Amino acid sequence: MYRYDEFDHQMVQDRVEQFRDQVNRRISGEITEDAFKPLRLMNGVYLQLHAYMLRVAIPYGTLSGSQMRKLAHIAREYDRGYGHFTTRQNIQYNWPSLDRIPDLLNELAEVEMHAIQTSGNCIRNVTSDQYAGAIANEVEDPRIISEVIRQWSTFHPEFSFLPRKFKIAVTGHENDRAAIRFHDIGIVIKQNDQGEVGYEVHVGGGLGRTPFIAKKIGDFVPAEKLLAYLEAVMRVYNMLGRRDNSYKARIKILVHEIGEAEMRRLVEEEFTKIDARDVLSLPHAELNRIAAYFAPPAFEVLSAPFEIFEAAKASNSAFADWVENNVVEHRQEGYAIVNISLKPIGGIPGDATDVQMDALADMAANYSFDEIRVTHQQNLVLPHVRQEDLPALFVQLQETELATPNIGLISDQIACPGLDYCNLANARSIPIAQEISTRFEDLKQQSNIGDLSIKISGCINACGHHHIGNIGILGVDKKGTEFYQLSLGGSHDENAALGDITGPAFTSEQVVGAVENIVDSYLQLRTDDEPFIDTYRRVGMAPFKERLYANV
Amino acid sequence: MAQHVSKGARFQAVTANRLSDGEVIYFAGDNGWTENFQTAKIADGAEASKELLQAAMTDDFELLLLEPYLFEVIDAGNANFNPASVREVIRAAGPTIRLDLGKQAEA
Repeated sequence: MYRYDEFDHQMVQDRVEQFRDQVNRRISGEITEDAFKPLRLMNGVYLQLHAYMLRVAIPYGTLSGSQMRKLAHIAREYDRGYGHFTTRQNIQYNWPSLDRIPDLLNELAEVEMHAIQTSGNCIRNVTSDQYAGAIANEVEDPRIISEVIRQWSTFHPEFSFLPRKFKIAVTGHENDRAAIRFHDIGIVIKQNDQGEVGYEVHVGGGLGRTPFIAKKIGDFVPAEKLLAYLEAVMRVYNMLGRRDNSYKARIKILVHEIGEAEMRRLVEEEFTKIDARDVLSLPHAELNRIAAYFAPPAFEVLSAPFEIFEAAKASNSAFADWVENNVVEHRQEGYAIVNISLKPIGGIPGDATDVQMDALADMAANYSFDEIRVTHQQNLVLPHVRQEDLPALFVQLQETELATPNIGLISDQIACPGLDYCNLANARSIPIAQEISTRFEDLKQQSNIGDLSIKISGCINACGHHHIGNIGILGVDKKGTEFYQLSLGGSHDENAALGDITGPAFTSEQVVGAVENIVDSYLQLRTDDEPFIDTYRRVGMAPFKERLYANV
Repeated sequence: MAQHVSKGARFQAVTANRLSDGEVIYFAGDNGWTENFQTAKIADGAEASKELLQAAMTDDFELLLLEPYLFEVIDAGNANFNPASVREVIRAAGPTIRLDLGKQAEA
């Protein structure tokens, strides 16, 4: 993992003290809320319905055990004993007191963490593939270039007051687990026939009230030129992005309005200028220095048979189910990638208690080279676990209620905090997710349904990614009452697609039945093992819609 | 700031969040601010609502709170009132998915 150098330490520490002073001045009345609000937002502090909310950055979703332990400590000492992992691989605390946040941030700084780039119109915390460095057939560990981007973008003076927020995601694998086509910039690391590595740059994706799939404008940017290329994109956006209307201020609107070809031309033009000055070329020595932090851990050379693992699978069906659904093949023989579901049946998607976080810190230390990942689907990952350790790990996960075997299944839903917490929400999301997971509790039934993503947002801002759920649910407000609009056919991966709205919205009492109706239609319409998304792509909306509204 | 002012609303109250910790508070008239919706002052009619908001926003209100606004309440009979929107019901009680948290947990 990346370790802070003296500059990183100093920057974060200075920022904490600066914010402490700002909080004191706000409380004493020296500065107004109008003056203070942008300052607190730059430090990840939002005001929500019941309290302040603090969003803590987890760069590219990678955490050490000691960092997780600190997150648990903060949940316990500064909050109400839990935290919420988000679709941007961050963690949010729902109840911190403003006057204690400077102390909280000081504690975070002790473990090289902070809340910088989690709010405001800057380049936000970079997100990436949760299987980075662990999955087979990866071109390059995406955290290397993510860290380079983090260092380049943090406090970048030119890009601190953009027209709107700006999100970058990186994947180094052909299977996109980072939803890169729905980011302002999405980067896919590629290898050409000569074995050289380059970066494919997608621009102008996003969700919210106007969703778009990003357009590929950079085909194969070499590593040493990537920052110059990204700077060119940022500069074009900063100059031309709309500042007159916040709803039209994201780069996706710019790309949509001027078109892909013009965007490509403008970026190339700017890139040529930047490149001619040669001030942003990445030195190989520096790239190598950062890459060294992400070198694979000291894996043991292991080979089959893995008797403890095989015996547990044969004798313990709960373990076998969990392996089937939550464990993924590792690049190194004898190791496994372990997904930890934060979606217990009837639970709150993404929430973890301080006790669970402490336990996970121990499990990471004991079984996974002290590494934990956060996924954009609001789950966690232990990336490097010996297969022979899986049975022992499973027992510990069961003891801490973290062994739900539902990764990728219908109960593994994304849900934003919704109207239970959020100041922007129009409707609740979490209770709908809870009711759906309870309705589909039976694991046999879930396995029969197979891969099916449900994503729920409590408003059009789409923090719950409803546009890209196989089934998307959007909460809307009708005169103070909650309604839910459904969409079908969305997909976040390399075959990116936006869902189609089914028709009129449903009440909170009706919506779970409507989801069940859609699932029943799918089970009748599918052929053999066809996943939901393939059935939808084959048959389209009509047969689903016909059944869905038959009795309305 | 999301406001839920219904044009046709007869009864309204004033709410805000406390500066120090973000706690939901309600304007209680001469008694200042209260954490409990039941002790909030209720205005009857548009003119009285406007006056209530003005009374709440004293010169130094920013020392105590942020984002004060009017919201609709409904007469539930026997001198009881309830917030009209789901949003304000949730603010007055706490998250519906964690009954152990928020004001509802202290009741």
